[in-house]
Amino acid sequence: MEPTSLTFRERAAAALEDPVLRTALRRLESGWQQGRARAAAALPEFEALRDAGVAIKDHVLAHLDLYLEIFERRFTEAGGVVHWARDAAEARAIALEICRKAGAKTVTKSKSMVAEEIGLNAFLEANGLRVVETDLGEYIVQLAGEVPSHLVGPAVHMTRERIAELFARHHGGPPKQESAELVAEARRILRERYLEAEVGITGANFLVAETGSIVTVTNEGNAELTQGLPRVHLVITGIEKVVPTVEDAFTLLRLLARSATGQEFSGYTTFLTGPARPDERDGPRKMHLILLDNGRSAMVGGPFREMLRCIRCGACMNHCPVYLAAGGHAYGWVYVGPMGSVLTPQFAGLERTWTLPTASTFCGRCQEVCPVRIPLPKLMRLWREEAHRRHLPPPVARYGLAAWAFLARRPALYRLATRLAIAGLGLLGRRRGRFSRLPLAAGWTASRDLPAPAGVTFHRLWKARRRNHA
Amino acid sequence: MPDQPRVALFVTCLVDLFRPSVGLAAVELLEAAGCRVEVPEPQVCCGQPAFNSGDRATTEAIARQFIPALEPYDFVVAPSGSCAGMLRTHLPELFDSDPAWKARATALAGRCHELVSFLVDVVGFEGLPARLEARATYHDSCSGLRELGIKAQPRKLLAGVAGLELVEMGRPEVCCGFGGTFCVKYPEISTRMVDDKLADAEATGAELLLAGDLGCLLNMAGRAARQGSRLAVRHVAEVLAGKLEEPPIAAPREKG
Repeated sequence: MEPTSLTFRERAAAALEDPVLRTALRRLESGWQQGRARAAAALPEFEALRDAGVAIKDHVLAHLDLYLEIFERRFTEAGGVVHWARDAAEARAIALEICRKAGAKTVTKSKSMVAEEIGLNAFLEANGLRVVETDLGEYIVQLAGEVPSHLVGPAVHMTRERIAELFARHHGGPPKQESAELVAEARRILRERYLEAEVGITGANFLVAETGSIVTVTNEGNAELTQGLPRVHLVITGIEKVVPTVEDAFTLLRLLARSATGQEFSGYTTFLTGPARPDERDGPRKMHLILLDNGRSAMVGGPFREMLRCIRCGACMNHCPVYLAAGGHAYGWVYVGPMGSVLTPQFAGLERTWTLPTASTFCGRCQEVCPVRIPLPKLMRLWREEAHRRHLPPPVARYGLAAWAFLARRPALYRLATRLAIAGLGLLGRRRGRFSRLPLAAGWTASRDLPAPAGVTFHRLWKARRRNHA
Repeated sequence: MPDQPRVALFVTCLVDLFRPSVGLAAVELLEAAGCRVEVPEPQVCCGQPAFNSGDRATTEAIARQFIPALEPYDFVVAPSGSCAGMLRTHLPELFDSDPAWKARATALAGRCHELVSFLVDVVGFEGLPARLEARATYHDSCSGLRELGIKAQPRKLLAGVAGLELVEMGRPEVCCGFGGTFCVKYPEISTRMVDDKLADAEATGAELLLAGDLGCLLNMAGRAARQGSRLAVRHVAEVLAGKLEEPPIAAPREKG
């Protein structure tokens, strides 16, 4: 997927005028934001749990090679096949090869952000496969020909009416009125697909090194049907998802649901270890796992290492005033909100996405609620530094900054220049106390008045006071 | 602590240029709290505009300029959570590759404070006998709240202002949309955020909106003025010092 992040501002401005999106985002705020607050308050050890989550992730990242090798061994012993993919293209090629070998025509898929990251659906479809999303939100987004607008709720930007209209167009029949009817309709259609599919593709929330298990979390049970019914189960995930033990996975699971939706635990959590044994009647005959690097191993040794702690809960976006104003699609790529503003430049290139890390007031709420305490503002600032080094911001911003810096580094000249400017502005603004319009301040005065300065700087007043006291 | 601590007032560039009355109020409060206040000359700005724009070299150069001037003092106090946050939290980060300056920056950072939290937490100031008949609401500016833990301190001192009734917003901790250059880079989003903030403030029935950061205050006052809101906007230090001769921010200074 080509990023369109450079038009973030324009897309966000349009989103602000979209009443459907406004309703949806308000619901997100009142639902999941308050849900997290309630869940965190109800658990006395929540802060200690966050510390434990950080410790697990930091430990794994310090010994990533070790745990990946242990995991690979256990996963293989359990009967699975591991494929290492250096980048998106390799991962796509491996996935296609697995589907072809399985003689697949139809592939079912439960929600996987890594599959979105590598653009898997479009690639498989271009190669003649029919790909069916089974997470309800993803299914809706797929029917609409859109991309997810939220990490946890891909279709949070849609209303029931819109979904009813989509379903009627794709499934036939009159548009349904009730949510329950829509869910039942999707379930009926998806049940047929589960049975038709030769390959089921899932992501993984965690990989457990000590057992070689993959862990999936859903609220719909669609991952279980996706991985259990077709002959071949293909898992695609990033290398940072490995944890040492089952207990570690549970620590992170307790954080994940509470931070994401305010649930104590998600509806369905499955630990899956290998394909069906020879004497078992149910389950896939073959199980493959694609472990994607795509820049992650380079992050381990670099300044963005802390970002690899992310467990994809979406709390940062649920609490981000910029995300809640702009909506997910304004971000222009797969990952959205504060975590997206850090990850997208990494995966899609800073040249095409440098605007994202600038779209933050650094209010710090994302870091405040992040279950694994990722310093998101600090990481966004690091990208701004890189963008500044590469001269990516437009000349007007760079020259403005340079002019200010020139003065700020020369206090005597700064005092003189500001004294004159402030005296002038003070005089001009004396009567109204504010300016509705001012040269060079259009960005401010488009929607705000500029409060007029008093006309005398503090440093002048202070000098006068010192003279009087002397 | 020394009997009469020597305090360097870090006045901040916005207070210096737009609202010197906040600096004078800060001096009054600090002196009433038993401090000897000075304003060291080479200070211009804490460097945030450069720091948050990704210009590390300029940030560092500015810091090297003011660090020596501030070092001789027992404390450095700024009437702003974000500038104090810059000095207290971020200053040492600038010198990761320069151990000598990092040591100096770290030592200084530990003595840097935001005004109201300094008054309450460090010198145990109980407040001046200020009086203001008003119903007010207080916005928690982000940096002060999340970097420095400023929440209870301004409320504690405001509770001592005779005649002042403090009513809380529904969401006092949500960003007002200022964010430094964010507000001019993303004016549409910023405007939506400040509108939400003003609506929250107005819903309290307060006629006075207070905060501890001039950036946020200019943003909120500027938008309130544009909308013709009846909210008066002031820095909390002006109220605590009883220095209300200046009209509220963005209000007319002369009748006419």
